[in-house]
This record gives sequence, structure tokens and C-alpha cells, in this order.
Amino acid sequence: MRRLTHNLPFWGLLPAWLLMGFALILPILIIAAVSLATRGSHGGFSWDFNLSGYSQILFNEGWSGELEFTPQYLLIIGRTYLLAGLTTLICLVFALPVAWYISRQSPGMRALLVYLVTLPFWVSMILRVYAWMIILGKDGPLPRFLENFGLAPGTSFMFNDGATLVAMVYTCMPLMVLPIYASIEKLDLTLIEASHDLHGNRLTTFRRVILPLTAPGIISGAILVFVPSLGAVLEPVLMGGGKQMMMGSLIQLQFGGGRNWPFGAAIAMVLMGLVMLLLIFTALRAARRQAGMEATA
Amino acid sequence: MDRDKAVEVRGVSKSFGSYQALKSVSFDIGANEFFTMLGPSGCGKTTLLRMLAGFESPDSGAVLLNRREVTSIPPHKRRVNTVFQSYALFPHMTLEQNVAYGLENLGWERAKIRARTGEMLERVHMSAFASRKPAQLSGGQRQRVALARALAPEPEILLLDEPLSALDLKLRQAMRDELRNLQRDTGITFVFVTHDQEEALDMSDRIAVLGAGEVQQIGTPTQIYEEPVNRFVADFVGETNFLDVEVLEAQADRAVIRSALGTFEAPATKLMQKGPATLSLRPEKINLGDQAAGVITLDAKVISQNYMGGFTHYTLEAGGVTLRASRRNASRQGDLVPSGEAITIGFLPASARVLAS
Ligand SMILES: Nc1ncnc2c1ncn2[C@@H]1O[C@H](COP(=O)(O)OP(=O)(O)OP(=O)(O)O)[C@@H](O)[C@H]1O
Ligand SMILES: [Mg+2]
Repeated sequence: MRRLTHNLPFWGLLPAWLLMGFALILPILIIAAVSLATRGSHGGFSWDFNLSGYSQILFNEGWSGELEFTPQYLLIIGRTYLLAGLTTLICLVFALPVAWYISRQSPGMRALLVYLVTLPFWVSMILRVYAWMIILGKDGPLPRFLENFGLAPGTSFMFNDGATLVAMVYTCMPLMVLPIYASIEKLDLTLIEASHDLHGNRLTTFRRVILPLTAPGIISGAILVFVPSLGAVLEPVLMGGGKQMMMGSLIQLQFGGGRNWPFGAAIAMVLMGLVMLLLIFTALRAARRQAGMEATA
Repeated sequence: MDRDKAVEVRGVSKSFGSYQALKSVSFDIGANEFFTMLGPSGCGKTTLLRMLAGFESPDSGAVLLNRREVTSIPPHKRRVNTVFQSYALFPHMTLEQNVAYGLENLGWERAKIRARTGEMLERVHMSAFASRKPAQLSGGQRQRVALARALAPEPEILLLDEPLSALDLKLRQAMRDELRNLQRDTGITFVFVTHDQEEALDMSDRIAVLGAGEVQQIGTPTQIYEEPVNRFVADFVGETNFLDVEVLEAQADRAVIRSALGTFEAPATKLMQKGPATLSLRPEKINLGDQAAGVITLDAKVISQNYMGGFTHYTLEAGGVTLRASRRNASRQGDLVPSGEAITIGFLPASARVLAS
């Protein structure tokens, strides 16, 4: 008994360790191992470790085994980052006023509006994306409506990057609104009045008081939107038509039809590595700011 | 008053939903005046102050600052600064940055901003903390910085919303003097809000007593305390005994009354009518025992006493009514009169006041 209580931190954290170990660390280790394996001739892979999975990202192997640089996958990675970045930016621009508006309502109204923001999560993602396909597609409500303003009949807004973006922004929006709302709600409104009182106009007040004080919420919202956007599969395939691939679809393809698991795993590792870099960078910045505050103490 | 008028509030009304917070309030504040708005919680003090700052606009009526109608001028364009009740210091800025904020917005030059910021922090004895953040300060220190920040842009009018209410007693007393000195030195018009009557009496040139969304009385501290115009003011400012009396004869500002304490002539509010009225007699105006000199003397019985250190408050019975009286504890012993003991009390009718009931 004495030993049990002595080791309480260990036993208490055991479930967390198990979860982390089996659901996070083990899969990552497996993927890392697979990324170093060799593609089998009839699908699958063999445990012959080499870096060919990674080199395939940059180089094409010619018939005679010579390596030839190919930008094909770099372009996909670049496009993925661009679309994820755009998604984050658009979400931010929309989420700020929405979060601000919600925070200015009565408590009851606020609870209702927060519930409404999360409402899309209650419906299967596939259904939501299909809904957008219908809205934007040929003879859908939006083109039909715009025909009144001179749009050529039979136009479809589907199967391009714009459509992908619409669906990604739509699915990610709550992830941006909620953290920003949480930080705006904590914002003391008399600080805004104090800024106006001290001759600050709206822009100054936004830039020098509201923005710095809600930055933690904006940063978490941006991470919560950007990271899943990098791995998005459904939206690019269904909305973008899958003609122009993104990293998520590329990985899926390698594990599926492409039957090139090591290559798929290598791309997944690169994606994860880049995300980790981003997270480490933000964490370092936050730590530096914290240290800066303590140094003045 | 031949001073310039810094603030004119003219027939201002304000409702929140169906609740009327201000009912046609009017008053003027002179330039360089230390003006206090005193009243119980919820009487509309903050609402009035926010109108001067520009955060609230009147439903009807007008607000003039330095003879200019300002109803449509936004807060950041008014030469008015506020010391907020919660201080509202920017938590992400150092004290220096907090104080400089208003100056930067006014477009001052860098060098002038630095000089002024240093000077203001010096003025409130906070120079040593210039590069700290507000979270690292005590309540009293924050209060000082809030003061420095509001004074830095050289406002024409400084608004203070219960700035001392969060401080402990000793600090509050010290800050009263400091505020008063600051106002004298700078010559800036101070509009001070409090629900603490002692604070108001101590610091103000003039006091406006607000009650139920209306101005009850405006006057110097002595006028407010010694010559209250109605029962509300007499009751809210200081302690007093109220007695039901009958006015037998009324003149301009005096009345002959019949009361449980006798029939006598006392100062009265204007336009007193014959008939029932209220007499206000403050506890310290009633003299006890050997100190009982005065025109009116009575036999009384001590019911209970509260020893307060410098004073003892007695509850007495005299002429069939209960009275509160206070006596200075002049010597160390033998001052306390035990309960049940008979004692002589006396007062000057001139120190009582007849009010409409
Ligand atoms: N924004 C508002 N919405 C609704 N009612 C309000 C609002 N602001 C003030 N009130 C009401 O108006 C009345 C006066 O408020 P105000 O804040 O001016 O009182 P106060 O005299 O400053 O009181 P306190 O001493 O408690 O600060 C109160 O009854 C308050 O509930
Ligand atoms: Mg108030």
C-alpha cells in the first residue's frame, strides 16, 4: 500500500501514458519505420531500410536507376501549404468579427450562438461536403441564383481550388471562431474604453489593445485550422475533383491504389516534420515572451 | 460664481430600458474646481461621468465642456481623461508604455513623450517601477499609475470614478491628500465620484448629492452637511436624528416648531409650510452631562453606548423619543456613562434644522 501511494504519480498517469503510447507514439514509430522500408514488388513492403521513400519526393528513378530531379511533389507540397494558409487567413478574417459579435451578446444569447457555431460538427463531414457540392454544382442554388445577374446558364463552380477552399474554410471555421471567442470574452471591455479615453481611435485601439490581448486565441485558432488543413483529403478530392492533388490525397493514394507504402509514409513524415517545426516555433516565441515578462520582474 | 464653466450639464435624462437612471439633471462645474458627485449605489454617478467622457450619450438634454456642446464628439477627441474604478491599466504594456499611450495618440514628439512620462511617474512616486507590468504592482501602486496615465495628456478635465474604493483605510487617507494637492498644483478641473460621504466632505470644493437619478443638492461641504435641503441629503451625508415635529410659524429660513424636545425656533429650509415637518439633529450637536450647555436642556436616560475610541456613541431616551448622541472622550477615564443612568442633555436650536417631511 505504501509503495502504491508512493508511486501514485506513476499509476495515476498510466492511462495517459498508455493512450499516448498506443494511439500516438507507436503509430508514428511504425510510420517512421515504414518510410524507411522498401516497396514490395506486388504491394506491401519489405524491411530493407533505405531512404528511397524520401528520395522519391524529389527525384524520379529512371529506367536505368539514375535519379532525375522532379518538382512534381514539391509543387503538391507547396500547393498544400498555400491552400492551408489561405484557409487559415480567410477563416481568421471571418472569425474575428463573428467572435467579437458573439462576445457582445447577453450570456444566454452567447451560449446559443456558440452552440450554433459548433452545429456543423454534429453532421457527418461527408454530408456537409456533399451539401456544398450541390450548392456550387451545375444547376445548384448558387449558380441558379447568379444566373439572374447574367451568369451563363449551366455554369458550375465545382472542381477547382476555389471550391476546395470554400469547403475547407467552411469545415474549419468553428475551430477558428471558438478560441478567438474565448480570448475576446476574457478581454476586459474597460481596457477598450481606456484606450478611447486616452485618445486612441478605433484602429489604434484594435492594433494596440485588442489584437495583442487576443493574440493567444488567434494563434491557437490559426494552428487548429492550419494543421488539419494540411492533411485535408475529403475536400480536395470531392470539391477540387482530385485532378490537382494535395498532400493528404497523395499520401492516401500511396497507401491505396499506388501501393507504395514507404513513399506514402515518407510524405507523411515530411508533413509531420513541417508541422512540428511550426509548433516548435510558436512555442519558442511564447516562451520568449513569457521570459521577457519575468525578466522585467 | 465668476469662474469659467468647465462643465455644463443641462437637463440630461437617460434611461436603460424602462429604468430611468437620470431624470433631467442640471448643474455646472467651474474651471479648476474639485467637484464631487456623491450618492448611494445605483444613483447614476457613473452614468453621468461616462457622459462627460463620451461613453454614454443623453436621451435628452445637453452636455457642454468649456462651453462647447460635445454630445456628438467621440471620447478620443475630448480633452478629458478618466481614472477608472478598476484602473484599466493595459496589462501587456509596461507602466512607461501605459503612461505614454495617450501622448503617442496625440502625436507628441518622442523626446517630449519620454520627458512627460518620466515626469508623471516621478509625480506619483513610481519612477522606480517604470519598466514593470501592471500585474507586478499592488493596488495602491496601480492606482497611482492610472492617475499618472490620465494626467499625462494634460486634460482640461479629469474624471475619477471611485478611485479610492479599492484601497485600504490608511492608503485611502494618504491618497485623499495626494489627490487634493495634485488638483491644486495642476489646476485641472477634477470631477470625482464617490459614495463615501467622508471622502466627499474632505476633498471637495463643491459637492452634488445625487439620489434616485436626480440632483438633490449642490453646495460646499459645509452647506451640504449643515444646511441639507431635504431629508435625503441629511440622511445620506453624516448621521442624524430625525424627529417628527409641527411647524407653528414659518419665516424665510426659520421656523418655530413644537417637538418632543420642546418648542423652539430653528433654521429651516425655504418655503416651509405650517403643519407636520421633520427636525434633523446631528448626534454631535447634542451635548451630554457636564458638557450639556445649550439653550434647550432635557433629562435623558442612557439606553446603550458604543465605544469608538475617540468618541462614544450613546443611544438615549428623552422626552419620549430615542436619540443618538456622540461625545468626545476628552479624558481617559470616567467619560463612559453606564446604561440606565440618568443624564442631562442640551443643544442649541441653531444647530438643528427643520426639513419638509
Ligand atoms: N448599460 C446599462 N444597462 C442597463 N442599466 C444600466 C446600465 N448602466 C447603468 N445602468 C443602471 O443605471 C443605474 C445607475 O447606474 P450607475 O452605474 O450610474 O450607478 P452609480 O451611481 O455609479 O452606482 P455605484 O455607486 O454602484 O457605482 C443603475 O440602476 C444601473 O443598474
Ligand atoms: Mg459607479
